[in-house]
Amino acid sequence: MTDKTMSPEDVVGRLRSGMTIGIGGWGSRRKPMALIRALLRSEITDLTVIAYGGPDVGVLAAAGRIRRLVAPFATLDSIPLEPHFRAARERGALELTELDEAMFMWGLHAAVNRLPFLPVRAGLGSDVMRVNPELRTVTSPYEDSEEFVAVPALRMDAALVHVNRADRLGNGQYLGPDPYFDDLFCEAADTAYVSCERIVDSFGPDVVPQTLLVSRHSVTGVVETPNGAHFTSCVPDYGRDEPFQKLYATTPWPEFAGRFLSGKGEDDYQAAVRTWHAERAEEAEHAAQAGTAAKAATAGNTEAQK
Amino acid sequence: MTSRAEYCVIACAEAWRDNGEVLASPMGLIPSFGARLAKRTFSPDLLLTDGEALLVGLDGEPEGWLPYRRHLTMVTGGRRHVMMGASQIDRHGNQNISCIGDWERPARQLLGVRGAPANTLNNPVSYWIPKHSARVFVERVDMVSGVGYDRAVGPYHRLPRVVSDLGVFDFETPDRTMRLASVHPGVTVDEVRAATGFALAGGDEVPSTREPTAEELRLIREVIDPKGLREREVPAR
Repeated sequence: MTDKTMSPEDVVGRLRSGMTIGIGGWGSRRKPMALIRALLRSEITDLTVIAYGGPDVGVLAAAGRIRRLVAPFATLDSIPLEPHFRAARERGALELTELDEAMFMWGLHAAVNRLPFLPVRAGLGSDVMRVNPELRTVTSPYEDSEEFVAVPALRMDAALVHVNRADRLGNGQYLGPDPYFDDLFCEAADTAYVSCERIVDSFGPDVVPQTLLVSRHSVTGVVETPNGAHFTSCVPDYGRDEPFQKLYATTPWPEFAGRFLSGKGEDDYQAAVRTWHAERAEEAEHAAQAGTAAKAATAGNTEAQK
Repeated sequence: MTSRAEYCVIACAEAWRDNGEVLASPMGLIPSFGARLAKRTFSPDLLLTDGEALLVGLDGEPEGWLPYRRHLTMVTGGRRHVMMGASQIDRHGNQNISCIGDWERPARQLLGVRGAPANTLNNPVSYWIPKHSARVFVERVDMVSGVGYDRAVGPYHRLPRVVSDLGVFDFETPDRTMRLASVHPGVTVDEVRAATGFALAGGDEVPSTREPTAEELRLIREVIDPKGLREREVPAR
């Protein structure tokens, strides 16, 4: 059996400028951020990105790597609007194929099933049709004769997804409540790369079969990247790093990228994040001490405490 | 004394009256309180979610699995009534959450259309607008995300109601344009018309949004929202 383990750099080494890349997860949840960060360290650009967008879209847009985005939204969940996607749109820096989120899902299903399209009752009447003039409709061949949108298959050159556990063969397991659409991304792509929190030798006899989301026949490479979805959530291993996400959303891109993304590898990123959290904890402690001191100094002076 | 926020909760709850065994999908705080109030009182069969991937009862106990892919199926299956937000909405009920200005290069990029196109063709869609103004209630929306009555296609389009901090609106007119159905106590019809960027259907004799019962007020204040978060979303004025 083939051992498919590789490094983030190996994955990026198989990608090329101009490719169509699908990215799993949803919003700011279980995004393959370690693989995205490796992509940012490369020269790869001119990408078509297909995603239920979160900070994956934000960082790639900020770094100018996206030519076209295919998405129904981009959000950080707890911060509704993705600031870097937003800025890129407002300066006209990327082309957009804006689809409804159910249309998007059926586009994935079409690709997985080797169909050119699937009919959906969505999009008609809305400006999705105006801004995507290439979208076609089909008429039901049965008695109802209803007209539907024919959502084209969202076929991709490569898919990147992140799960909780995987084996060396490419079987991926999710342990959170929602599979999102990661299995579809893998099957809709010519090549698929699965990063995971931990590689396991086997899933063991107690495995809950429904958690085995991604199957090895649809996977090209497996990458162990602990904390690799950071700062998005990867429950139950960890939740979203909200303070860090806030930092990401409020720091000018060059400053953020300079501090956290300019290292040689994922380890440098993780170390920079740990340092930031340590500094933050230290500042909070100082503030608490200063607060206590100030309180003592102004004891009896109620005006000063207001 | 019933607060404006409490009238809003009541008005949102009423959207789910007589809906039967469907999923109530509230977006935002006040619609969430409304859905829970409806389930606790006149619509006990409603299904609720935890906002993640579970269907839950009133006590938060799981009763079903609802990841995104099944949620999207529930939308097209129609056993769901969503109350969405709107950055813009027009007299026909066309709604925009995508962007402000020209889509090609927006002045303000917002969320994206999300599920609004599929929702509005498949399951009933109501709207909640916490700050009623002529910037939201506009003559024409910049990007039709949710489909209104003048552009609707297919057999399942229905927009039962729009609730704002000023009143309740529906489309129960011959030409299916937005009508002022009730004003919240303390609000005048003139005030609503002045804050709306198009001519609302309906005469000057507009009823008041109904009063909550004593039991409903107790549930809102003591059980559903004991911290009073509703008053932050719709401040007293």
